[in-house]
Amino acid sequence: MNFEMPNFLLALPEIFVLGMACLLLLIDLFLKDQDRHLTYLFSLFTLVLVAVLTVYGYSGERQISFNGAYVADGMSQVLKLGVYFAVFVVFVYAKDYLRDRGIFKGEFYLLGLFGMLGMMIMISAHSLLTLYLGLELLSLSMYAMVAMQRDSARASEAAMKYFVLGAIASGMLLYGMSMIYGATGTLDLSGIASQAATADKTLMAFGLVFLLVGVAFKLGAVPFHMWLPDVYEGAPTAVTLYIGSAPKIAAFALLARLLGDGLINLHDQWQGILIILAVLSMAVGNIVAIAQTNLKRMLAYSTISHAGFLLLGILTGTRSGFSSSMFYALSYVLMALGGFGMIMLISRKGFEGDKLDDFKGLNKRSPWYAFMMLILMFSMAGVPPFLGFWAKLSVLEEVVASGMIWLAVVGVVFSIIGVFYYLRIIKLMYFDEPASEEELECSADMRLMISANALMVLGIGLFPGALMAACAAAFSTT
Amino acid sequence: MQTIYLLIVLAPLLGAVLAGVFGRQLDRTAAHWVTSLGVGISCLLSLYVFKHIVIDGAASFNGTVYTWMISDGVHFEIGFLIDKLSAMMMVVVSFVSLMVHIYTIGYMRDDPGYKRFFSYISLFTFAMLMLVMSNNFMQLFFGWEAVGLISYLLIGFWYKKETAIYANLKAFLVNRVGDFGFLLGIAAVLMYFGTLDYAQVFSNASILNDQTIDIIGGQSWSVATLICILLFIGAMGKSAQVPLHVWLPDSMEGPTPISALIHAATMVTAGIFMVARMSPLFELSETALTFVMVIGATTALFMGLLGLVQNDIKRVIAYSTLSQLGYMTVALGASAYAAGIFHLMTHAFFKALLFLAAGSVIIAMHHEQDMRKMGGLRKYMPITWFTSLMGSLALIGTPGFSGFFSKDSIIEAVGQSSLPGSTYAYVAVVLSVFVTALYTFRMYFLVFHGKERMDEHTRAHLRESPLVVTLPLIGLAIPSVVIGYFFVGSMAFGHFFGDAIFVLPQHDVLAKLSHEYHGPGAMMLHSILTLPFWLALSGVVTAWYLYIKRTDIPETLCRRWSFVYHIMLDKFGFDRFNEIFFAGGGRVLGKILWKVGDVFLIDMLVVNGSAYTMGWFSGMMRRIQTGYLYTYAFAMIIGLMALLAIFVL
Repeated sequence: MNFEMPNFLLALPEIFVLGMACLLLLIDLFLKDQDRHLTYLFSLFTLVLVAVLTVYGYSGERQISFNGAYVADGMSQVLKLGVYFAVFVVFVYAKDYLRDRGIFKGEFYLLGLFGMLGMMIMISAHSLLTLYLGLELLSLSMYAMVAMQRDSARASEAAMKYFVLGAIASGMLLYGMSMIYGATGTLDLSGIASQAATADKTLMAFGLVFLLVGVAFKLGAVPFHMWLPDVYEGAPTAVTLYIGSAPKIAAFALLARLLGDGLINLHDQWQGILIILAVLSMAVGNIVAIAQTNLKRMLAYSTISHAGFLLLGILTGTRSGFSSSMFYALSYVLMALGGFGMIMLISRKGFEGDKLDDFKGLNKRSPWYAFMMLILMFSMAGVPPFLGFWAKLSVLEEVVASGMIWLAVVGVVFSIIGVFYYLRIIKLMYFDEPASEEELECSADMRLMISANALMVLGIGLFPGALMAACAAAFSTT
Repeated sequence: MQTIYLLIVLAPLLGAVLAGVFGRQLDRTAAHWVTSLGVGISCLLSLYVFKHIVIDGAASFNGTVYTWMISDGVHFEIGFLIDKLSAMMMVVVSFVSLMVHIYTIGYMRDDPGYKRFFSYISLFTFAMLMLVMSNNFMQLFFGWEAVGLISYLLIGFWYKKETAIYANLKAFLVNRVGDFGFLLGIAAVLMYFGTLDYAQVFSNASILNDQTIDIIGGQSWSVATLICILLFIGAMGKSAQVPLHVWLPDSMEGPTPISALIHAATMVTAGIFMVARMSPLFELSETALTFVMVIGATTALFMGLLGLVQNDIKRVIAYSTLSQLGYMTVALGASAYAAGIFHLMTHAFFKALLFLAAGSVIIAMHHEQDMRKMGGLRKYMPITWFTSLMGSLALIGTPGFSGFFSKDSIIEAVGQSSLPGSTYAYVAVVLSVFVTALYTFRMYFLVFHGKERMDEHTRAHLRESPLVVTLPLIGLAIPSVVIGYFFVGSMAFGHFFGDAIFVLPQHDVLAKLSHEYHGPGAMMLHSILTLPFWLALSGVVTAWYLYIKRTDIPETLCRRWSFVYHIMLDKFGFDRFNEIFFAGGGRVLGKILWKVGDVFLIDMLVVNGSAYTMGWFSGMMRRIQTGYLYTYAFAMIIGLMALLAIFVL
């Protein structure tokens, strides 16, 4: 076995995050509770620095290192920056919420950073092993985060469910990987791609199904979605925000790496599976969301339906299809951040603003934030000129381009059904009488961030070209 | 230059946003300052652009500012096409708008919606400028709809007044009919050319030659004719041509400055402008040109006749506007686009002047608009009187005044046209010279001369309007008088518009006329020997005889010709027909659709049925979502098994 020195410089962002997280672990030990905001600032600082490292460390071409286990390419750059941004926003939104509930501890930020490291590894993975490693690092961090509010029965229950089901899903994923390894004899994604044509068909198909079940679980696609509403509702909103945003980008990366880089030759087989998952997800997500009275739960079902849409682009198996899904994932994360952020804006000490009724008459209490929520909801519903419209449009365009018009029609029909529950929130905000007249209380950074968040949804919606071009470029080099 | 163009459109928009959105933070003075300044900047820059393009002869500008999206190879863009045609329109729009802004300061002084009003008219200026400066059909449509919307808002500006609400709804609905045609026209352009960009469409216009399309019934239509007629239907709505004219007289329910700005000088001329802009397309179809000419001639004559029986001062001017728009349309139909646009310009000045003067009278009369209760105002309001007289003389086409040059060139051009229908059009426009003179001077004599018929209280308070009102009158009176003299040579008979307007050689009536044109002075001298001059003169004399000398005759006439009189009072029955046929028919159709389609099919079967299904489904899903871990794990295993069964076995 020849051993070559890996190019450490390539993985500098990951190494940096790991180092900083370990440093934070040490620092946090010596901090008193009233100085905890230093942890917060340190985490934000880490995120900014790693973003700088990522931008300036990238040579502009696809490079593979660590014996083919690690890849840096256009897609990994864009997705990582998306992840940093999402985690940054999560940290800012979470501060007040955690402090009000007495869980403003270093653990949240630590686990958040470790989870992010997992996502980064997933995004840059070029072998089944690295993929799995990143995925588990992310999952374990998230299980712990859900359980962070120890004395809450709901949170513990949610964490337990999440952990057990997640373990089953990981098992299936690993089983699928082992079969693919058995059929092709390699863990390297490009090796798999070149071997796939000659490998045993049945074994590959078995492996593929198990693999996709594992991925579908992480993505929350029907029928592997059942953990999602319970976990979203049970976890503290700050954690829900984390789970509901950045990992979606990582899940997209997981799919793109596995299916795009590794198993693209089996496209005929996985396309059918993804069609089933996508249609079921759009149907169940949109229809069941109508019956929800809890906003977190409603957004959980909305996530499921968006996962269905995300799959639509991928299942075309074309480069432009992948890039449209990537655009969808990034757009969705931006909207989800805002949506959960609004719940945290409404919440106060001892009050969870996660019921639909809590949004009644928001326009009377605060016209500006009602307007921000309006932007977010319209965008999620896919109303032009907001970002969500372009996301849906680009995915549907790809579906039509690959000749599956019926599937596009199904997508449109379900998203029209979905419009109902987004509009209901707007109706509650603007046409109903408020239940309480209390002023919204939150800190300036939160206010600023949520306004910026919603305005970005509008702004990118008006000028979607740049982000779309970035997504298209990410897939033109590979 | 692009910055300047952007600034021209954005300055009024900024003013509108400031006055509209931040109205609460601004006081009234600030509101009228920001908007007037914005429009003032636009006006100055437009003049600069006019000088740059027209006088210095710079090349025209055609460029894209912002690409909104590209779908299927079709670019949706915001861009400017600045040539001599748009440069002239920009000056007219921004200048009249500026005058109206200033005038409004006086006219709306006591109105509670003062800031809202300024915000609207600035926004209107923005939309209208976007329309005329556009270099593609999409932006044209944007401007088109935006001015329509603002017109709707402004007609119903006094939203507590029932008649105003009725009028604005009517205007909106009638314009929808026109816009429907317009949109179909644009769609047809997109279908055949694959682009919305003017330059590309016009340079490929010849591909339409001999193309036909089958519409329902298997009739073959020339595509060029179809596109042009559809586009013209849009123009009929906006420029109020028969039979889509019914909204314009009612729109007089809005405040007077609006009538001047939107319903006389600018918005209603959008249709004329559009057809002139589309001249490369219209030239391809003689059928469409004939259609345009006949519609225009009908409007010019018959709407003028209605002006004779109106007693509301603003409505008389409104019918006069209809009739003058008819003149412009006739010119377009005769391929004398330049003459049409020339009349558009002169008309913008003198008609805005007449409206604003009428507004000045209305202020003095304490919002009394019935001319039968006026009279002898000349000595109370000298400036208003004099400027009105100038406007009236321009309107009837007195040699030397601006209206004379433009109207006379249209009449001559129609006389030269050899298209089918041109004889009818010629007769109609010549006759309506007499009608125009008659109703204009009927109004003039009833308002400014004769017995003072107002009550004592009003008479005691009669006085000339303040400076902010009279200043725009003077500002508009000057171009109304002189502008024709200076521009007739280049605009109507010269090559003022250059490439902006395209005319086929065999249609080019103005080129024929230009051989006989020997300067404005000669044109005036020559006119004394022609029929229109004597018709106009006899119109004035008749008006004087009927309304000053023998005031008893009109009543006798009405009694003796009561049948005709009532048809005219009924506006030829257009409104009644629309109300019974379209509105009534619409209601019947709506009722059927409501009972059968909506209540039964949709509500009962589709909505309640689907809602019930959805409810059942989501209820079932909720039951499955038990909260027990083993159920979830079980579901996953089932899913796995199902996928394995489908895809492996």
